[in-house]
Amino acid sequence: MRANIKIYFSLFRIRFNQNLQYRAVVLGAVVKGFFWALLEVLGYLALYRRAGAFPMELSQTITYVWAFQAFIVLFTVVFGDGEIYSAIRSGAVAYDLVRPVDLYGRWFCQSASNRLSFALVNCFPVLLMGALLPKPYGLTLPGSLRQLILFAVSALLAFGVTVALSMLMYISLFYLISQRGIQMMVRLTTIFLSGGIVPLPFFPEPVLRIVRWLPFAAMQNMPLQIFCGYLSGTDALRGIVFQVIWLSALVLAGRAAMGQAERKVIVNGG
Amino acid sequence: MRLYWNYFMMTLKSQMQYKISFLLTVLGQFLTAFTSFWGIKFIFARINGIDDFSYGQVLLCFSMIMLSFSIGEMIGGGLAVFPNLLREGGFDRILVRPRSVTLQLIVPNMDFSRLGLLVQAVIVLCIAVPVSGIEWTVGKAVVFFLMIVCGSVIFFCLFLMIASVAFFTIGSLEFLNIFTYGMRQFGRYPFSVYGKTTLRFLTFVIPLALIQYYPLLYLLDREDGLVYMISPVLSLLFLLPSYLLYRVGLRNYKSTGS
Repeated sequence: MRANIKIYFSLFRIRFNQNLQYRAVVLGAVVKGFFWALLEVLGYLALYRRAGAFPMELSQTITYVWAFQAFIVLFTVVFGDGEIYSAIRSGAVAYDLVRPVDLYGRWFCQSASNRLSFALVNCFPVLLMGALLPKPYGLTLPGSLRQLILFAVSALLAFGVTVALSMLMYISLFYLISQRGIQMMVRLTTIFLSGGIVPLPFFPEPVLRIVRWLPFAAMQNMPLQIFCGYLSGTDALRGIVFQVIWLSALVLAGRAAMGQAERKVIVNGG
Repeated sequence: MRLYWNYFMMTLKSQMQYKISFLLTVLGQFLTAFTSFWGIKFIFARINGIDDFSYGQVLLCFSMIMLSFSIGEMIGGGLAVFPNLLREGGFDRILVRPRSVTLQLIVPNMDFSRLGLLVQAVIVLCIAVPVSGIEWTVGKAVVFFLMIVCGSVIFFCLFLMIASVAFFTIGSLEFLNIFTYGMRQFGRYPFSVYGKTTLRFLTFVIPLALIQYYPLLYLLDREDGLVYMISPVLSLLFLLPSYLLYRVGLRNYKSTGS
């Protein structure tokens, strides 16, 4: 077990250093994130100038938008994990299968570090710029240490759920080979149902009653709602339990499906 | 001319070869646009408007931008392959052929799967027109038509400009996407809601407000000046700088030598 963790950790470090090579890409992402969030904020400000039944307070919505842009890479299911796609298509997956590390853990690690290395450099500049902006435009940072810890735990779990979902997508590629269609479907469902277009509290009650229980709600939706102060105390804790349940369910499902798929690959001879 | 037509048909046919994949992508495009439509619907179920524009008028903006974007992207979106073409030296091959460079770049890279977006935009347009509260006249219909046509041209220009930047950087600048995909998203509200600075930027630098906000005021009878009516045509001035950038880039092109 300890040896395994060491292997995962070094895989992670290699990937991390590789991705940080492209500084211009990082800078571009920060600039884009900032302006994207700013325009979104301006749009919401215009909406809130009208009287209406808003489910979230203005400052909460604004904070949600900033945090969403800052952590966007962390919670993107369809992300450029190029090697995994080409490994499946070209048959190079056979090499991966020979290696003495199990494939699920290896790929999980690979795609997690891919996202994390981008996210860690992106999120702080965007958050900082958001925090420096004057009152109606800028974000409100979590007020208490408690909230911050709850957010960190929830973000970690949401990150796990995101990667576990994308693992299921990769495994489906063993059977489908062509990625473009499935990628598009997965992207739009996950973004919409995890509150990437409109925060979930804005959904109409009957729709929300179902959407609330889907695995997508255990993604960015939960940590962002805690970050902006919409969820707190026992509600936040309940959300975290909900996330743990989905994370374990998805990882178990992923491992089982991977087992099936691996057997199929061997039959095909790679 | 016949040659280009054949070229065009060839691209269309080759994309139709993989029918299931093609249809799935079209469906994906359709559904992607559908989620943003639902996003708007959810928000406006709670409030009845933004600034001084109603839900129907927002939908009109949304469908109009979506429509011009999808046409512009269908023609120009494929230019995104341009940086790769430069890096791999495939561009040299195009240069030596005795036909127009521009068309050789555009035609084979057209992406017809954008039809999904187009269909979606037309559907939303049909929902939007009756609830937008516009009293239609022939003049207004012409202006609306111009908004879409000129909008497509502007979006095409934006794709061309972003591709041309690659002449100078030999790599793509991801963040410029905010002017294409970003504007598709933010164009759902009349551009005035984003404040004066944004509106001024989108009037004088990237004239997207000229195809959306100003003619919309005319359609809504809020302004009846000639400028508001012909503003979509004025936006075509944008062709100049974008073509210039492209020409300058082309002239200064140095092969990467691979």
